[in-house]
Amino acid sequence: MAETDVHGMSDGQELPDPHLDTSRLRQAPAKYQGLRMFMRNKAAVFGAVLLIAILFITFILPIFVTGDRTERVGSIHLAPGAEGSTTFGTDYLGRDVGRIVMQGGSATLKVAGLAALVIVVVGTTIGAVAGYYGGWVDNVLMRITEFFQVLPGLLFAIVIVALYGASTKSIVLAIGLIAWPTIARLVRAEFMRQKNLEYVKAARAIGASDARIIFKTILPNTMPVVIVQSTLVMGGAILFEAGLAFLGLSNPKDLSWGFYIGANRTYFLSNWWGLTFPGLMIFFTVLSLSLIGDGLQDAANPKLRGR
Amino acid sequence: MKQIAVRILQAFGLVLAVIVLNFMLVHLAPGDAVDALAGTAGEMSPETTERLRAQYGLDEPVTTQLVTYIGNVLQGDLGVSIGNNNRPVTEMIAERLWPTVLLSITALSFAILVGVFVGTLAARRPESGFSHFTTVFALVGFAMPAFWTGYLLLIVFSAKLGWLPVSGMEDLRFRGGWFAQQWDVAKHLFLPALALGLIYIAAYSRLSRASMLEVLESDYVRTARAKGLGERSVLFKHALRNGVIPIVTVMGLQFGAILSGAILVETVFSWPGVGRLAFEAVVERDTNVLLGVLFLVSLAVIIANFLTDLLYRFIDPRIRVSGSANG
Repeated sequence: MAETDVHGMSDGQELPDPHLDTSRLRQAPAKYQGLRMFMRNKAAVFGAVLLIAILFITFILPIFVTGDRTERVGSIHLAPGAEGSTTFGTDYLGRDVGRIVMQGGSATLKVAGLAALVIVVVGTTIGAVAGYYGGWVDNVLMRITEFFQVLPGLLFAIVIVALYGASTKSIVLAIGLIAWPTIARLVRAEFMRQKNLEYVKAARAIGASDARIIFKTILPNTMPVVIVQSTLVMGGAILFEAGLAFLGLSNPKDLSWGFYIGANRTYFLSNWWGLTFPGLMIFFTVLSLSLIGDGLQDAANPKLRGR
Repeated sequence: MKQIAVRILQAFGLVLAVIVLNFMLVHLAPGDAVDALAGTAGEMSPETTERLRAQYGLDEPVTTQLVTYIGNVLQGDLGVSIGNNNRPVTEMIAERLWPTVLLSITALSFAILVGVFVGTLAARRPESGFSHFTTVFALVGFAMPAFWTGYLLLIVFSAKLGWLPVSGMEDLRFRGGWFAQQWDVAKHLFLPALALGLIYIAAYSRLSRASMLEVLESDYVRTARAKGLGERSVLFKHALRNGVIPIVTVMGLQFGAILSGAILVETVFSWPGVGRLAFEAVVERDTNVLLGVLFLVSLAVIIANFLTDLLYRFIDPRIRVSGSANG
């Protein structure tokens, strides 16, 4: 008779564990667990629906509503729903507020999207390199990060755009330059935590290069942090763009949301709709991104739920 | 003491870095001060531009210009305003300083008091309706652009209800005693401070809620409760002292954001401060004024960070013992 190992399986036959309900495990493969957590978060789902609606209004609807938005459609300062007016009223030049707001979003979102991309790429790279190498590299990079954190963000962006002109390039770079430190710090902390874990040691042991370990081994594991932060960064970039545009630091032809609020600002006493509607679009866009970011945060890190 | 000396040196290094950055920004930008002057004058002969460049020292090597610039700034000379008959920039900023200080300090204190109070109450019953309301409020507050909030407040409280003045810092036709005059300024201050502070009320209420939730779970709070202390005493005397530490940390960093936000809010309310000056400089392309404002605001942030660091040591004795804010 063969000796039975008390710790191992002797006959290859698995006895069902009465305490383990496997049916629930099968229902939720690990891959979709995050998505399920996200979908269970009503606020986050609301945010996602809101964002889809905004993207629809901004990018799809203008295809069907043709015509020049700078055209005069009626008398000036007609309230929404007034006789001869449009759904969202007319502005100080008799233009349709609704149409301008609808078409102004693409400029805002394009600039903010590009800026967010710059922020995430720069922040992640600097944070990754600083966290991975540590020592003097970390020291130098963190001093630079501190310096950019001390700079008053919006004011710095204003100076750059005022000096170098209100082109898409300078606005994107200005916003990109001021907002990367937060993400750099988070990614750095994550790299410092992960670089001594077993899987990284294993990668090093088989002779992977530093670049490979940073970008192919560790970086994918910091993605939850990066993705959550990206949604918040995007919201922040929209607010920065709106602030710059409000002061007149954007392409006037774009009539972006912030710029249009600035254009209507002199008339706010008699014409509330001219600046309320573009502001609402900014508000809802940033709100939807925050809600999505919070939902992703909860899904990635259930312990912090509700904090 | 030694750590504080190191901090002062670091702060000084940051100030130098800001000055160098300012110089680089102008140096790398297309066109120089003389081009700008030539632009306003219409046309200028090459001889005149050359003479002006020599006069402003623009024909010297870059390093010489940089050293001169650093020396000037350290002596409080931020150059002259091109748009305003060569008035010294330092003088122009100095006369606009008080309104901005008043506005931002009011907004910040308002935000801290309300935010911490609301966040603390919310943390006490994390599942209550009030607590959920603060979470929603924080999200909403963050998503509203401060300048837009300003106009909404103006539309409601000034245009429709007529309760508060529309713009400026005081009523120019005002006649009355000292107290009445302060009241008049306070009425003008209320809406701009609210517009500027709202996003920070949101941020602080959320932050203090999270921080207090954590603190309230700790052993020493349970001990305080167990020995029969009243809820108010536990909350505001014991727990808050630790719960407020994260807020002190972000406060210094956010000072720059508040002063930046002041540019937008001052523009909305025609508040006669440094922010409004910056906006005018943007419109007039008055580079020296803009750079002067950037330098002074950065300086204010560096000083605020330094003070925060001191305050931090004062509130949290562990830092004094272990030696560094991160340790």
